[in-house]
Amino acid sequence: MPWTTIEVEKQDKFVIMDDSQNGRMLSYKDALYEAMDQSLERDPRVFVMGEGVDDPGGVFGTTKGLHEKYGRERIFDTPIAENALTGIAAGAAMAGLRPVFVHSRMDFLLLSFDQLVNHAAKWSYMTGGKVSVPMVVRTVSARGWGSGAQHSQCLQGMLMNVPGLKIAAPATPYDAKGLLISSIIDNNPVLFVEHRWLYKTVGNVPDTLYSIPFGKGVVRRAGKDVTIVAVSYMLVEALKAAEKLQAQNISAEVIDLRTIKPIDEDIILESLAKTGKLIITDTGWKTGGVAAEIAALVAEKAVHMLKKPVVRVCCPDIPTPAGDLQEKAFYPDFETICTKAVELMK
Amino acid sequence: MENEKLIELYKTMQTIRSVERKIEEEYKNDEMKTPIHLSIGQEAIAAGVCIHLRNEDYLFGTHRSHAQYIAKGGDIRKMIAELYLRKTGCTSGRGGSMHLMAPDRGIFGSTAIVGGSLPLGTGTALASKIQKNDRVTAVFFGDGAADEGTFHESLNFASLKKLPVIYVCENNFYAINSHQKERQSGDNIYKIAQGYGIPSYQIDGNDVLKVYEYAEKAVEQCRRGEGPVLLECVSYRWKGHIGTVDDLGVGFRPQEEYDYWISKCPIKWYKEYLKSRNILNDALEKSIHKEIDKLVKDAFEFAINSPKPQPEELLDFVYAD
Repeated sequence: MPWTTIEVEKQDKFVIMDDSQNGRMLSYKDALYEAMDQSLERDPRVFVMGEGVDDPGGVFGTTKGLHEKYGRERIFDTPIAENALTGIAAGAAMAGLRPVFVHSRMDFLLLSFDQLVNHAAKWSYMTGGKVSVPMVVRTVSARGWGSGAQHSQCLQGMLMNVPGLKIAAPATPYDAKGLLISSIIDNNPVLFVEHRWLYKTVGNVPDTLYSIPFGKGVVRRAGKDVTIVAVSYMLVEALKAAEKLQAQNISAEVIDLRTIKPIDEDIILESLAKTGKLIITDTGWKTGGVAAEIAALVAEKAVHMLKKPVVRVCCPDIPTPAGDLQEKAFYPDFETICTKAVELMK
Repeated sequence: MENEKLIELYKTMQTIRSVERKIEEEYKNDEMKTPIHLSIGQEAIAAGVCIHLRNEDYLFGTHRSHAQYIAKGGDIRKMIAELYLRKTGCTSGRGGSMHLMAPDRGIFGSTAIVGGSLPLGTGTALASKIQKNDRVTAVFFGDGAADEGTFHESLNFASLKKLPVIYVCENNFYAINSHQKERQSGDNIYKIAQGYGIPSYQIDGNDVLKVYEYAEKAVEQCRRGEGPVLLECVSYRWKGHIGTVDDLGVGFRPQEEYDYWISKCPIKWYKEYLKSRNILNDALEKSIHKEIDKLVKDAFEFAINSPKPQPEELLDFVYAD
């Protein structure tokens, strides 16, 4: 699919310095690959299935060649049957394995809601804790190059509504690797949200196996005037915005939540106590989404800290247009965040 | 078949029937505050299939899973306690009647979503293949599940990967009150499975010996690694879809049809068969019933005297540790 590559290749090679002291730099894509490779190496219970996981592309390189290393019993292509395959992964997980099921587009995930929501996410509870479902569903959301309404969706907000599911949305290569490892070792079903525009992002990634706890966000850039809570790819835009705002003497604090279920409430509230102003930016839609949930959280717990109303920078509530001019208008970016921040400072 | 096995089949069917009759009787007292789906009339299917399964073999059921749970060796006290939504229930009062399970008996759960267990059982069968063990999975589902996409998706995948799974269709013709003829373009579910390259058979689900015979071959085939088998067992539920009603009259289902199937009672026929061959006599029958009655009485007493899960335990089990 050349268009996907073309649009991602057009992006700047964004570098995010991370917690790691390790000097090795790796792309988000290669960090994902390494997490898959090392998890498969470490634990024979891990296996990978999904459409195209063993094709020459290997889901944008994240599973490339793994079948040669670990065999086709552990890395295998599947029919196009998202719902049953989700349940098949869940069943295998119940039987003691650790499946990683990959969707190359997040849109396809919608076909699997019965098995994901009704079954995998509920099984621990419905069985009184007797049967757990340690599975990972990797989904890649994309955008750009005329992908249109059915190849661009970021549905993580919708799934925050499901008890029993955990949701990771890493933005840096360090987190991509660490959180994928955490997701695989977790005893619950985890939805692992990737974004195609992050694949070229570069950062420090240790070559060792390491995990990142769920529900622990991180301050990517300290600031005192305005808090920007960013999810997934919007972290890149938020950091660009913070840089630009600095030139206008506005000091923005950028928070990366890393996981959105569970959510790190403390990191948001601590920052808000300092700045009193909040911008939330997510790759998905505005209504009923991640940003809506965070805004509600602040309204419940910290409305007294707000000096100005909360601002949400998300996609407008329309399906994604395919036309390039419209598409550009549809997606908010660092300019949108800057404009909103400047307004907040007035 | 040895006499011991023949008697075991009888005991299992009678246990299912007795437990169900007692549930039916007690349900009016409103202490079982969960929907019930009785399988009276369908006992031969679970008994005939599960007798071939080992403890560690997997089983997945449906909303109507009392019979399967009992036949696979689930603890009846825990089952009844679950119907009374007690803490001692098989899912600690979290699942209720439609989510019976006993992982120590290979019963990994049942689901209230029609067709929902088909992928899950296909998944445990996939695990058996990856883990290279010889565990077999039995997935029970109704004729209504053949309407669902999961049926087709699962069968295709199991056939493709030659998974050790036995799909057991309990065809009782009705999905709630909608007859198979109103829902499916054909009336041969087994033929759909054959289309996926799966050896499939339509058999009399009220004839426990027939179910036994076909299930035995199916289990052997799965253990040999030859891939899935589907058994369409034609039977009838005596009670309505839910609760203790019988759904007769006002167009739900015709009296003649109902009468015909009552006359084909799987237990009555089988009892006569055993007696005619001197395998079962009055004394043995009496002792079996005495044993079952004690089991049922114990189970209900245990359930009623068990504590309920408390509000402060509400959040337990949402996530596994």
